[in-house]
Amino acid sequence: MRTANPLGRWALTAFTWLIAILFVFPLLWMVLTAFKQESDAYTDPPRLLFTPTLEQFAGILERGFLPYLGNSAFVTVVSTLLVLVLAVPAAYALSIAAVPATRDVLGFFLSTKMLPIVAAIIPLYVISQNIGLLDNVWALIVLYTGMNLPLAVWMLRSFFLEVPREMIEAGRIDGAPLPTLLYRVVLPVVAPGIAATALICVIFSWTEFFYAVNLTAAQAGTVPVFLVGFITSEGLYWAQLSAAALLASLPVMIIGWVAQNHLVRGLSMGAVK
Amino acid sequence: MRNRMRLALLGLVCLLLTSCAGAGTIGTSDRTLVVAIVSNPQMEDAVALSHEFEKQNPGIKLKFVQLPENQARAKITSSVATEGGEFDVVMISNYETAQWAKNGWLENLQPYIDESKGYDQADFIPSIRDSLSYQDSMYAVPFYGESSFLAYRKDLFAQAGLKMPEHPTWQQIADFAAKLDDEKSGMAGICLRGKPGWGESLAPFNTVVNTFGGRWFDENWNAQLTSPEFRAATKFYVNLVREHGQVGASSSGFSECGTKYGQGQAAMWYDATVMAGTNENPEESKVVGKSAYTAAPVNKTEQSGWLYTWSLAMPKVTEHKDDAWKFMRWMTNKKFVQNVGAKFGWNAVPPGVRKSTYEIPEYRAAAEAYAEQTQKAIDSAKQENVMAKPVPYPGIQFVGIPEFQDLGTRVSQQLSAAIAGQISVDEALEQSQEYAESVGEAYKETR
Amino acid sequence: MSQSVLDAETPAVAPAPKQQSARSKAWLRRAPLLPALLFTILVTQIPFLVTVIYSFQSWNLVRPGSRHFVGLRNYVDVFADSQFRGAMLNTVVLTVVCVLVSMVLGLFLALLLDRKFIGRGVVRTLLITPFLILPAAGALLWKTTMFDPTYGLLNFALGTNTDWLAQYPLGAVMTQIVWQWTPFMMLLILAGLQGQSREVLEAASVDGAGRFRTFWSITLPQLTRYLQLAVLLGAIYIVNSFDAIFLMTQGGPGTASTNLPYYIYQRAFEGFDIGQSSAMGVIVVVLTLLVATFALRLMFRTFGLSEVK
Repeated sequence: MRTANPLGRWALTAFTWLIAILFVFPLLWMVLTAFKQESDAYTDPPRLLFTPTLEQFAGILERGFLPYLGNSAFVTVVSTLLVLVLAVPAAYALSIAAVPATRDVLGFFLSTKMLPIVAAIIPLYVISQNIGLLDNVWALIVLYTGMNLPLAVWMLRSFFLEVPREMIEAGRIDGAPLPTLLYRVVLPVVAPGIAATALICVIFSWTEFFYAVNLTAAQAGTVPVFLVGFITSEGLYWAQLSAAALLASLPVMIIGWVAQNHLVRGLSMGAVK
Repeated sequence: MRNRMRLALLGLVCLLLTSCAGAGTIGTSDRTLVVAIVSNPQMEDAVALSHEFEKQNPGIKLKFVQLPENQARAKITSSVATEGGEFDVVMISNYETAQWAKNGWLENLQPYIDESKGYDQADFIPSIRDSLSYQDSMYAVPFYGESSFLAYRKDLFAQAGLKMPEHPTWQQIADFAAKLDDEKSGMAGICLRGKPGWGESLAPFNTVVNTFGGRWFDENWNAQLTSPEFRAATKFYVNLVREHGQVGASSSGFSECGTKYGQGQAAMWYDATVMAGTNENPEESKVVGKSAYTAAPVNKTEQSGWLYTWSLAMPKVTEHKDDAWKFMRWMTNKKFVQNVGAKFGWNAVPPGVRKSTYEIPEYRAAAEAYAEQTQKAIDSAKQENVMAKPVPYPGIQFVGIPEFQDLGTRVSQQLSAAIAGQISVDEALEQSQEYAESVGEAYKETR
Repeated sequence: MSQSVLDAETPAVAPAPKQQSARSKAWLRRAPLLPALLFTILVTQIPFLVTVIYSFQSWNLVRPGSRHFVGLRNYVDVFADSQFRGAMLNTVVLTVVCVLVSMVLGLFLALLLDRKFIGRGVVRTLLITPFLILPAAGALLWKTTMFDPTYGLLNFALGTNTDWLAQYPLGAVMTQIVWQWTPFMMLLILAGLQGQSREVLEAASVDGAGRFRTFWSITLPQLTRYLQLAVLLGAIYIVNSFDAIFLMTQGGPGTASTNLPYYIYQRAFEGFDIGQSSAMGVIVVVLTLLVATFALRLMFRTFGLSEVK
């Protein structure tokens, strides 16, 4: 949108800002509420000025938030690594050294994303119980890996397709062995793609709710499970809820902010190729 | 671009570090008891005191899973029924206890009780003890017990020149609600549960059905949800809460009503007798000392209160049975009552379980407004007192069969849809009748 | 250009036809692919097969000894259940509305962002945040601080006295989901906008084409790919929406905001009717695959055609 009129430009900028602030207002309000006393959170009209307190955060920690955070981090990191370990070779085999029927394989991967996850939850519950993985972080790790793998393969493949063929050819003719070739030629091109893919996996694992709520209890609960305790709660709890929501989202929020360019690139690659 | 990458990587490393830290805190297990409980205030007090138990019993660590009623029930039932073994101690009610004992899912607690000196099971209120027994053995020990009664604001009644009779009828209550209802000041005439879930809205609702002469099934397991009495009761309940009830009725349960009443937004509240403890707790309530309590309103019967108890049970697959019992004993014995009274005030004591609680002078003083009513209500909560017609199932505010979890949930959804005004009472009942009929069929076959 | 995302062509890198055993070579090529493939099959297909088996049994978890084979009875019961049909309708409404609305909003925001202005980076950062927040946290915040009838900001801002979650349960849930997914759509579309060729735009403005016409006949066709992708990914995730409903309305009041994932969850984990809920799961999978094959293909073709022009 190019506007010649400077006044119009300023108006548009102001408008954009206004929209943005309105749009994230629920979040700004969350941040504000997190520093309130409970009694300040329940007022009509809503209160903007108040004495900030860290009491709610202390309360969250006292309710045993840290183990949940630890579980979330562990599950997220391990499953993301696992996804990469499995997806990078697969993407390679679907692009640079393409196997026959690549399209069918890709189609299969994508179709697993369309299976509604509820459809398999009961067997998953029974199976994890039988092999002793109920309420165990490893059950979540396996499932999150399965959940993110198709998307990761798909994304990584489009990054691999970006590697200029001439470079690989040239390397081959020089007689470079495959590992060197991969390391010198392919990796530099693909590295940002891997980072982007990892980022997406981290976001989806961190925020996953359904498996976590149904397959964990005391030991393996992740951060979203911690929040379930707030569905109803006796008495006043909004301020504490806001603090919990803020703490629970912060790690991924920060990573996402910092790497927002990768976020876009990663997802849109599939569209371009 | 590069820098951002690096920052992101740094973020990942931080995540990894916290993950190790987190894993570390979990890994310190000597013997960890996992306890699944419902997050009501009395239970939260127990959690707050649990470090004392850990101190007295070195080597045992406690880990609590605290969830709201519906979620807790879903988790606990699926775990116990599949013998999943995630929990060493679970909180269940008199609805589950006998059924699960019969299924062989629960450890018989009688031997443990008999061996524990000073535990004094004769001190349990008989109706509560019976409701947790199967073949004369207790399979769960009660944490608190409750019936239902009506709380009302003395001050508002006086202001409006109204007088609460000793044994009010539902019609009288509806008239009071109409007079006290004041939309402008945000005062609801009465707070009644409307949240789906058989343990939520169906509890008060079924006592109304009972006293109006309705029942879920007749003696031959014919579903009776469209009978004139059931219909009349439903219309009454739905109209009352729609016209003079609280805002957000279709999503309020015990907790939400408690908050409303405690914040001074309702003139009356018909619910579990344990509500009194919260209403009279200055930390949670703005209406301390302003309430009086009277018996559950009636229509065709003399009484109508329900009987319910949150209690602790031990799944059969529990590994640390002795440790589990130690904890259950700690949370349900007389000393615990004293301890809570001393630490959190006597209104916070888990009520309705032990006769001795009602003899503690401090408790009698603090709970003067409601102690007697509570005890009376629990004592008289028997099917023959609160139901107008005989039924083939155990339970007052629930139907004591396994299918009721599903049936009750689905019927309660219809009820709250009617409360929200999305369907009519008749539509809700027609659909509910269908569900009930298919359950009834199964019982006719086995008969 | 008219190829869809799904049909991407496979470039084969110069095959070096040496005379090794052709079969072992083929396997060598497949080797890097196999772990991922096997893992996916194991984790996603096996449990589903078990679901199919369960769906032919009468099995109530809380009534032990009740488990036996009943053939197709579960399926008959499910199709006769009006609540199931209601949940199905809700799922369709929720998915279609949320995907479309968040895409339109995302397009609008992306257009606003596709120019240089003061604080653009900050605004973009703000706008993507709802996507980064935990959906569970977002849902609870909307339920309490926004939609609460007494202290909620929405009633305060609008001067109304509405119990949003009771009167417009599906609308309230959809609001939260749209809010969550709009940033995602915006990011994708923004990538598309920034990828479009400037020369064409310049040419159009030289030709004196109006801004609206330029958008309609040049920008939008160029975005098709990105919009397709947005619809595809959005639909995949939104059709599975569970958190928002579980945490905000519990499917209520009644079943007004119950979608299929929540309904199946309820019948399985609150009703413990394993047989029927498995049958529902199977039906949902079949329906999803049908929709995925036909509707998506159809949609992509329409998009593709309009693009060729």
